[in-house]
Parts: sequence; C-alpha cells; structure tokens
Amino acid sequence: MGTAGLVLMLAGFWFACAIRACAGVSVGDVFPPLATADLAGGTPPATAGKIVLVDFWASWCAPCKASFPAYGRLFSEYAARGLVIVAVSVDESPSNYESFVRKLNPPFPVALDKGQSLVRAVQVPTMPTSYLIDRAGRVRFVHQGFHGAATEQALRKEIESLLSEKES
Amino acid sequence: MKASSKILLVVALISAAGALSGCATVSAVRVKPWERGLLADPTMDPNRDPLATEMIEHVYFSREAAAGGRGVGGAGCGCN
Repeated sequence: MGTAGLVLMLAGFWFACAIRACAGVSVGDVFPPLATADLAGGTPPATAGKIVLVDFWASWCAPCKASFPAYGRLFSEYAARGLVIVAVSVDESPSNYESFVRKLNPPFPVALDKGQSLVRAVQVPTMPTSYLIDRAGRVRFVHQGFHGAATEQALRKEIESLLSEKES
Repeated sequence: MKASSKILLVVALISAAGALSGCATVSAVRVKPWERGLLADPTMDPNRDPLATEMIEHVYFSREAAAGGRGVGGAGCGCN
C-alpha cells in the first residue's frame, strides 16, 4: 500500500470517528442512566426491569405541548403494567420549565436537564424526540417529532410489543 | 516522485482529512435542536404583523407580478 493509500485510510477512519462522535444514542444503544444524570425536579423513578419512555421536550416547542396529553393517556393505561414515562425538559430557564409544568400538570414524572448534559450525551436529532427503552435498558424505538394520533398509535403498538416480551 | 513532493502530498492529504472530519461534526456551525429556545421566541418571527405583511405582499405582487416564497411560518425552533 502506498503512502497515499495509507493517508486515505486514515482520513476515512477520522471521518468515521467524527460521524460516530456526533451520532449520539440510537436504536440498539444503551440509554444513559437517568439515576446518575444531572436532573432537577425530584428523584427519577426506578427504571430497572421496566419499559421506559424518555421524552425530551421544551417549553418553547409547540409539538412538545401537544404531546403531553397523549403521554398522559399512555401513562394512565400502561403504568400499572410496567411502563415508566420520564419527560426531560431541555429548557435553559428553570422558570419557563416550572410554569409549563404548572400549566399542563402532567400525571407522569418530569425533570429538568440542568446544564443540558443529558441531551448533549443523547444528541437528540429534533425537538421533541422520545426514546422507548426495553427492560434491558436498550433503546428499541426512537420517535422524532410528535405527529399526533399517528405517533400515539405507533407508541401504543411498540409499548404493547415490549410489554409482551419476557424479562430476561 | 521526489521526496519533497511526497511530503507535500502527505501534508495536503492530512489537511484534507482534518477538514473533512470538521465537516462531519458540524458542531461549530449548526445550532443544536435543544439550543433553539431563543430562536423560537415570538419576537424572532419575521411576520409579527400579518396585516402589514399582506399589504407589502400586495404591493410586491402589483409591481413584480410575483408573490409568495417568503419562507415558512413560525419562529426558528424548527419544530413546527
């Protein structure tokens, strides 16, 4: 192999590393543990052995606001069967976060990602984005944006399929 | 190829590789989705007075025989 070939290989390696570095969490990856994340708004719920839906939202994001009633319905329907929903706000202003939560009063746990450290680790591709995580802690489904009834229906189907899987 | 030319080629290729990896990360030029709170503020909306915009559009259409193409609705959060 000539020098040019070696350098091209190196360039390809750098390029691949750079893409990987900004790829964030995707399907099949282990989701960063919520317990150790720098979240404000109380202790995150226990997620071990449960199906977890982590939703990244912001008070300035209109589809995020539209998604909360749907997540509320999913929570009331599946929480008893082992679904945990955690809605993580990426708001830079804690007061905006608090007034949004006060206004919508969701039945599921919400938290503020202080310093946006969790969202930086996850590298969400758009706002909102939700991650459906299986009992082993691996991301199984990712929903970019919220598309009303279509997203709710897809989530319902995916939650049913994950709940039907046996615990390993 | 001379030894000095080879060195120059290697340096050029390494520089190109560095530049390409910079393009891949794009972190220096792209506002991340979770950083768009200020862009999503209603004050960032270029169409804050729909009536005035409508009048300007009417004048523009009369003068240029063309209308529209003014972009998308909402502010800059990219999530609407």
